[in-house]
Amino acid sequence: MIYLDYSATTPVDKRVLDSYVRVNLDYVGNANSIHSLGLKSHELMDDAVKQVAELVGVKKNEIIFTSGATESNNMVLKGVSEKLKNRGKHIISTKLEHASISKTLDYLEREGFEVSYLELDKKGKVKISSLKELLRDDTILVTVAAVNSEIGIRQPIEEIAEVLKGYPAYFHVDATQAIGKIPFSFDNIDLVSFTSHKFYGLKGIGCLVKKEDVPMVPLFHGGESQSVYRAGTPALPLIVSFAKALRLALENLDSNYEKVVLASKKLREGLKEFSSIAINSDEECIPHILNLSLIDIKPETFVHALAEADIYISTKTACSSKDELSKSLLALGKNRDEVLTSIRISISHLTSVSEIDIFLEKFEENYNKLRM
Amino acid sequence: MKEVVIVKYGELTTKKGNRNQFINILRRNVDKKLIGLDYKIFANKVRMFIESNDNDEVISRLESVFGIHDLVLAYKVQLSYENIAATSIEIFKDIKEATFKVNTNRANKNFLMDSMEVSRNIGGVLLEEYPNLKVDVKNPEAILNIEIRDDYAYLYTNNNRGLGGYPVGVQGKGLLMLSGGIDSPVAGYLATKRGISLDAIYFEAIPHTSLMARKKVLDLMEILRNYNYKIKLHVIPFTEIQEAIYKNIDHEYLITIMRRMMYRISERVALEIGAKIIVNGESIGQVASQTLESIGVINEVVKMPVLRPVACLDKEEIIAIAKKLGSYETSILPYEDCCTVFVPKHPVIKPVLEKCIGYEENIDFEDMIERAVLNRLVLNTESKEKNNLL
Repeated sequence: MIYLDYSATTPVDKRVLDSYVRVNLDYVGNANSIHSLGLKSHELMDDAVKQVAELVGVKKNEIIFTSGATESNNMVLKGVSEKLKNRGKHIISTKLEHASISKTLDYLEREGFEVSYLELDKKGKVKISSLKELLRDDTILVTVAAVNSEIGIRQPIEEIAEVLKGYPAYFHVDATQAIGKIPFSFDNIDLVSFTSHKFYGLKGIGCLVKKEDVPMVPLFHGGESQSVYRAGTPALPLIVSFAKALRLALENLDSNYEKVVLASKKLREGLKEFSSIAINSDEECIPHILNLSLIDIKPETFVHALAEADIYISTKTACSSKDELSKSLLALGKNRDEVLTSIRISISHLTSVSEIDIFLEKFEENYNKLRM
Repeated sequence: MKEVVIVKYGELTTKKGNRNQFINILRRNVDKKLIGLDYKIFANKVRMFIESNDNDEVISRLESVFGIHDLVLAYKVQLSYENIAATSIEIFKDIKEATFKVNTNRANKNFLMDSMEVSRNIGGVLLEEYPNLKVDVKNPEAILNIEIRDDYAYLYTNNNRGLGGYPVGVQGKGLLMLSGGIDSPVAGYLATKRGISLDAIYFEAIPHTSLMARKKVLDLMEILRNYNYKIKLHVIPFTEIQEAIYKNIDHEYLITIMRRMMYRISERVALEIGAKIIVNGESIGQVASQTLESIGVINEVVKMPVLRPVACLDKEEIIAIAKKLGSYETSILPYEDCCTVFVPKHPVIKPVLEKCIGYEENIDFEDMIERAVLNRLVLNTESKEKNNLL
């Protein structure tokens, strides 16, 4: 099998899975119970929360564990806007967001909020001048993905944060495709979403970092849990696995990145041979993601054909591939053919050069066969 | 240009007789803090120069070491006037617009200019380079310090991050009565600041108090460990005594007698571990057991001096220190401790000593006290192995 869909989800690291299994077997108590078994679980949870807080450079009480980035994103958009709706109903975002942001924003619009979208430059980066123009007294939230999931475009998060210092609006960053892949600073950002299955952790556990002074209504009410902002029995085995996956990812960030850069170069080099396809991810995108438009071939057909050869890639992002057109590519001003025929190849430090070779070989074979 | 961390000893250099001992203890505390880093220390009688490949980390770790009066990051350059001038310009690159003055300290008397001349000339150089600077010798926003030594000059601005106080250990040992509330960790911090190396004592009445309460006290001790790596927690099994008091003594006097028992046990543990003083978080008038009358009647059972560092602080002042220390969030967690689990409706405000003695005569407390001291649990969470699940 050649797996080239790492941005959809990553295979779990065995060390992470091992922790998950052992916590399930050895920590029976509910971390909220007051007896000694509960305390033992509570202590482990505390250590895990502390480890995550230290790894990302925030306080312990700023960590909220969720079921994944989709929940984190919903929690922010609904929770912050609900709390602040009397101060303002204006939210700023981009057309490059993941569905868990864009569809929640659509919902909020129906509920009477107003959403403005930032202008993008040719490379898809937010124009800072546009941010300054859109900001108003009643802007309560600005939400921007650090890295776009379909194309890999990086946004100037630090610059945006710098501008927002002078405004009352809170700044949320969906860092799902950034954390564990590229260096990411939590400084000057009020809220950050991320999830562990994008960095070799388990599915079903995500995190929202919410800085202390940011007002927010919880999505789930109930007994006090790992965080007052998210009721429910703490998923201790998942929380521990999250902390471990994050540590491993951040400890090896630089060396993993270098490996991806090498594989990415090889991939780009190989795809240059195909003069009629269009590469949508430019050199400034993260090297983990390469989006291209086949132009003459239906992308679903192509994905299925490669799957026959045991090679796995995506059309658009896994979360939206059954729906309509790629909003991200439309936002970049791509033409209809380009938008309709895009595929995403996403690689990892686990991707070997020989895998890229085989991929290129099969790509060529199927490309020539399916092109009409 | 090379950067080094400079540590100045400050107050301890005035104690001539003990100076070497003070410096040795500080050096040991500094080494303990820097474990795991690659660093070299050059120490003399007035300061340490620390060279490492991660100066920010060195400074951030040494920010919690008592006995460091000044803690600054300095540029180290080969000694020459030209180097000093060039470095001064570099340092002010990010300042540019401020009032400033130059302080020069010339330990190397062979240097061609005296300290006044260096300050004056470098001031001139800076004014010429950055026209928006202004000299203000009385109340400057920026101070450039220049130290001229044998082979090198050291330059740094006024970003002192030293914590002050005495190196922990120079005053010997003390025993802190740590309850889990807001006051006692602050009291422990302040006693530590004056160089007292503390162990902590905690009274536990399981099942009336929970293991969560113990965990909370351990967490508070971890915060204090940041300032004193040697700290240990003595957990006293107090249930027997507490129940005996509750069953046999006029409830008005519950707290008074309980505190007298705690003092007695603390003194015995203190003597066993070689501590010379008991430290606690009592604050005058805060609760019934902290009136002058109560303190008198309670203190009467021990000979050892009892230090009450927060005795004269208002609650707000104590909370402000607790927040700075980082203990506040933990202290306010709602777990019952020995002092809250059996609270009488009307505790006596002006207890009478004779009454206390009378109550205590009816019960054989001596055996219970001995058992409590003997059966105590000594916990040192530092030795907790790193959890490989994480």
